[in-house]
Amino acid sequence: MELTEIAEIEIDTLLDAIRRRYDYDFSNYARSSLKRRINGLLIKEKLDMPYQLIPRILYDEEVFNRFLSELSVTVTELYREPEFFLNLVESIFPVLNTYPYFKIWHAGCATGEEAYSLAVLLKEAGLLSRAKIYATDYNNKSIDIAKQGIYSAENIKAGNKGYLKAGGKHSFSDYYTDHHGAIKFDDELKNSITFAYHNLVKDGVFGEMNLIICRNVFIYFDTELQNYVLNLFNESAISKGFLCLGNKETIRFSILKDKFDTLSEGNSIYRKKD
Amino acid sequence: MKNTAIEVKFIAIGVSAGGFEVLNTLVTQLPADFSLPIAIVQHRSADSSGYLAEHLDISAKIKVKDVFDKEPISPGIVYLAPPDYHLLIERGFFFSLSRDDKVNFSRPSIDVLFESAADIYRQACLAIILTGKNHDGAMGLAKIVATGGTAIVQNPGSAQASEMPIAAIKKVPTASVYTLSQITAYLITLNKNQKK
Ligand SMILES: C[S@@+](CC[C@H](N)C(=O)[O-])C[C@H]1O[C@@H](n2cnc3c(N)ncnc32)[C@H](O)[C@@H]1O
Repeated sequence: MELTEIAEIEIDTLLDAIRRRYDYDFSNYARSSLKRRINGLLIKEKLDMPYQLIPRILYDEEVFNRFLSELSVTVTELYREPEFFLNLVESIFPVLNTYPYFKIWHAGCATGEEAYSLAVLLKEAGLLSRAKIYATDYNNKSIDIAKQGIYSAENIKAGNKGYLKAGGKHSFSDYYTDHHGAIKFDDELKNSITFAYHNLVKDGVFGEMNLIICRNVFIYFDTELQNYVLNLFNESAISKGFLCLGNKETIRFSILKDKFDTLSEGNSIYRKKD
Repeated sequence: MKNTAIEVKFIAIGVSAGGFEVLNTLVTQLPADFSLPIAIVQHRSADSSGYLAEHLDISAKIKVKDVFDKEPISPGIVYLAPPDYHLLIERGFFFSLSRDDKVNFSRPSIDVLFESAADIYRQACLAIILTGKNHDGAMGLAKIVATGGTAIVQNPGSAQASEMPIAAIKKVPTASVYTLSQITAYLITLNKNQKK
C-alpha cells in the first residue's frame, strides 16, 4: 500500500473518532480542502501526522474546538457579491411582497453579515415587519458574534460600498450606531433575526421557508452531502419557494436538479417547482 | 522528451504576472481534438469578472471555462480557477473550490491546485509553471515531482516575469525548462501520443 493511501486511513480514523466522541460528522466534507485544513491544524499543534491528533482530540475538548474553528472557516462580509443582493431585491422581493407574512432561512450564516445585509434591504423595501428570519450555523462561536450585531469599522467601509451596489437607497449609516470605535446594528434589525445553532449534516427541517439562502457552504461538502442537504432544503421550502447558493455553487451536477427551476445561473438563484 | 509523458492524464498550469498574453498564445494553439483536461490557476484580482475565460473561449479551438464547485473533470476542456477561490481536485475526478485563507498571498493559489492534483493524479500529472512575479507554485511543483509526476517550467529568460519560474527551478532542479513555443509543441505531441 502506498503511503498516501495509509494517510487516507489515518484521516478516516480521525474523522470516525470525532464523530463518535463529539457527534460531528465530517466524513462527507470535500476531502481535499478538509485535508488542507487538517494539515493547517497539525502545524498549529506542532504535530506531524493526522493520527497524532486522535488522542489529543479524544481527551482534550479544547483541541477539538480548535479543530472545529479550523474547519468552519468564517470568511464572510457585508454584501458579499452585491449583484446577488441586487438580484434578490429586483426579482425576489416583489414575490415576497405578495405574502402577508414570510420566512427566510440563512443556513451557514457564519458571523451574521449576510443576514444583516439582507435585513437592511428588507427594511428599505418595507418588508422587514412581515419577515421571520432565521440564521443558523453549526459554529457556536460565530453565532455568538452574530447575535451581538457589532462589526469593525473596516467591515463597514466595504459594507457601505456593497450596500450601494446592492441597490441601497438611503445611507448605510442609517442602520447602525457607533459603538466604541466599531458599529452596532440597530435593535430593530437585530431583533428581526433569530440566530441559532443548526447542523446541516444532522439537524432536520424546522419551518416552511419562502426563501433559503445557503451561500458558500456547499463548497465544503462532497456531492453526496450536497444532495442530502439539497433534499433538506427541498423539504424546507414551500412550493415555489426560493433557494440561493453561492456564486460558484450550482445544483447542475446534483441528482435533485430537476426539483428546481433556475432563475439566475450567475447568481445561483433557484425556485422550487410545484 | 520523456516517453513517460504518454501516461499523462491531467495538466495543471500556474501563471501570474504576464499571464494573459502567454495563456492567449498557448491556449489558442491547442488543436480542437486536444483530449486532456487542463486546469489553470492565473492570479487575478478578487473582483475580476469572467472576462478571461470568455475571451479565451472565443479565441481558442477548445472549450475554456471558469470552474463551478464539484464540476466533473472532462477531457479536452481548459478550466480556470475562478477569481477569489482556490481550485482543488477531489477523489472521483472532479473539482472543488474553497475560500480558505490565501496561500502565498494568493487566492487562487498555484500550490493549492498542484498539491491536490499530485494527490489525485500522481504520476499521471503534468504541471507547468509560467511567467510570474512571486514564488507561488514552487512547493506544489515539488510535490508533483515527489509523487512521480512531470514538471515543466517556462525558461525564465523568455518569460515576461522571471521570478516565479526561477523560484520553481530552484525548488525543482529536475524540472524541464522550455520556452513557451516548446511547451506548446510538447503539449501537442503529448496529445498525439495520447491517442495511439
Ligand atoms: C464561508 S462561510 C459562509 C458565510 C456566508 N453564508 C457567506 O456566504 O458569506 C461557511 C459557513 O458554513 C458553516 N458550516 C459548515 N458546515 C456546516 C454544517 N454542517 N452545518 C451548518 N453550518 C455549517 C461554517 O461554520 C461557516 O460559518
